[in-house]
Amino acid sequence: MQSSAPADSRPGAPATDPVVLLDGVTVEYGANRALQEVSAKFSRGAVGLLGPNGAGKSTMLKALLGFIKPRVGRMSVLGLDVAREPLAIRARLGYMPESDAHIPGMNAVTFVAYCGQLAGLPAVDAMQRAHEVLYYVGLDEARYRNVETYSTGMKQRIKLAQALVHDPDLLFLDEPTNGMDPKGRDEMLELIHDLGHNKNVNLILSSHLLPDVEFTCDSVVVMDKGKVVAQGPIDELKGPGGRVFELRIKGSLPAFVELLNQAGMECHGTDEDVMRVFVPTGAGGPDGNDQRAIFALAARHGVQVRHLRPSVPTLEDVFAKAVGEE
Amino acid sequence: MPIHDQSYRRYGGLKTSPGRAWSVIARAGIMTMIRKRAFMGLMLFAWLPFVVRAVQIYVAANYPQTETLLAPDAKMFRDFLEQQDFFVFVMTIYVGAGLIAQDRRANALQIYLSKPLMRAEYIAGKAAVLFTFLMLVTWVPGILLLFLQVMFKGSFEFLKANLFLFPAITVGALLEALLATFTMLALSSLSKSSRYVGILYSGILFFTAAIYGAMLAITGDTSLSWLSVSSNLHQIVDLIFRQTPRYATPWQVSLIVVLGLIALSISVLERRVRGVEIVT
Repeated sequence: MQSSAPADSRPGAPATDPVVLLDGVTVEYGANRALQEVSAKFSRGAVGLLGPNGAGKSTMLKALLGFIKPRVGRMSVLGLDVAREPLAIRARLGYMPESDAHIPGMNAVTFVAYCGQLAGLPAVDAMQRAHEVLYYVGLDEARYRNVETYSTGMKQRIKLAQALVHDPDLLFLDEPTNGMDPKGRDEMLELIHDLGHNKNVNLILSSHLLPDVEFTCDSVVVMDKGKVVAQGPIDELKGPGGRVFELRIKGSLPAFVELLNQAGMECHGTDEDVMRVFVPTGAGGPDGNDQRAIFALAARHGVQVRHLRPSVPTLEDVFAKAVGEE
Repeated sequence: MPIHDQSYRRYGGLKTSPGRAWSVIARAGIMTMIRKRAFMGLMLFAWLPFVVRAVQIYVAANYPQTETLLAPDAKMFRDFLEQQDFFVFVMTIYVGAGLIAQDRRANALQIYLSKPLMRAEYIAGKAAVLFTFLMLVTWVPGILLLFLQVMFKGSFEFLKANLFLFPAITVGALLEALLATFTMLALSSLSKSSRYVGILYSGILFFTAAIYGAMLAITGDTSLSWLSVSSNLHQIVDLIFRQTPRYATPWQVSLIVVLGLIALSISVLERRVRGVEIVT
């Protein structure tokens, strides 16, 4: 028997140590390179793994779990080498997969207790923990129902419960809000936020949904086309180094975007016809009046400004900047 | 305060070291089957030949006038194991077809393999479920019959004269159970439908037997019995029970085919049981 070691009490593990490290990791599926020389550092707490579909987020998590062997590179989780100590890592890890996954023919409490036993919990403790985590994720009323009869939202919750039952030091959550209705999604995000901020569980949340990551995480690793394109604390990435404006114009949009870019400002579109213009510090002229600089530029080139409103930098700006979205 | 704040707490208890998860998988699989009434009915049915043989041994031991007709010998034990082939076949399909196929259908492999267990442990746990039940309908009744013979006769005379029967029953049942377990698990890992797996398993057994039957009809020679999976097993078990082999195929060839099938099945399992399915 071995005793469990909660992350926050692990001997010799300073709070600043990263929980996950990747060093030059390349993963290939045949001729397709899913990860290209990825080097990343996931700090303690809640970290978002952000990127569009196909960026390599799930591949990274599966490589860290030992499901996929990288062609080159080294990975460590909780200070343990993934290639050499996969079982020791998985004993301290909880994984919530992206797709529907359950053990067939079991009700929820049996399923979660079974997962606890697989992770090394004694049968009695596993059953007790199963009841607790099912209560925690909001499935206490439905715990004796067969998992196959669950709705999509309930299946997401049961996946979280099975990942939590053995009290992992680190959680991998792969698109945890997929297919959930707005209320269920909010509740799931509340749970994740609570785990990361009040329960001392380190977690990596893989998602393509910026608001989910922004709400639950303190730092982020942004991926695109199999590469890490930005990483760090969200506040730092949003940075104090400039201001953001929402802008709508009448006139030639591409030409005006070109002008803004030449003036050192970055533009990217949104779902509506409103652009978000990032004005770096100093780009607004010596007096620092960024709005006036945009108006002046528009006036000089005969472009009519229909809408200009100061905004706050969001993760969307960080993401758009990192992946070069226009 | 939200309700969930009151419930979740860190676990401070003990955890077992990795390496025992296979027994958790095996226990869960066995319990799942035992809870099924249909399965228990099948199990009872599979023990009927044992009851018949037990009566035969009792009558032969207590009524000397029947001894020439009913007296147990090595052939009786061999015949008993062969009679159980039908139940081994049915049970292999009933228990084994869904063992991995259903996990694949429910994407359970990534749940299993995200826990601290190796792929070999998962396979061992699943194999233990089917293997246990197959031994319950072959080895256990076979050994019990041997025990009953001693009990009813009240002497060790038969056992001493046929001491090879204990290892023969053990090795014969073991070989049959291992072959059925691994081939079925390999087939189960190839599909997400247990029905399809059952059909595939039956197809392989009947198809190979049919090919051998056709070759026998054409050539009139039994040396091609190695083409049939079940004939290979019969050939080896005949030899183990010191009976005259029924085919002209050398027993070594039959053994190579059986061991080759087990090795091939393990190789298929090694490729198919993974946390992620990679299609390139």
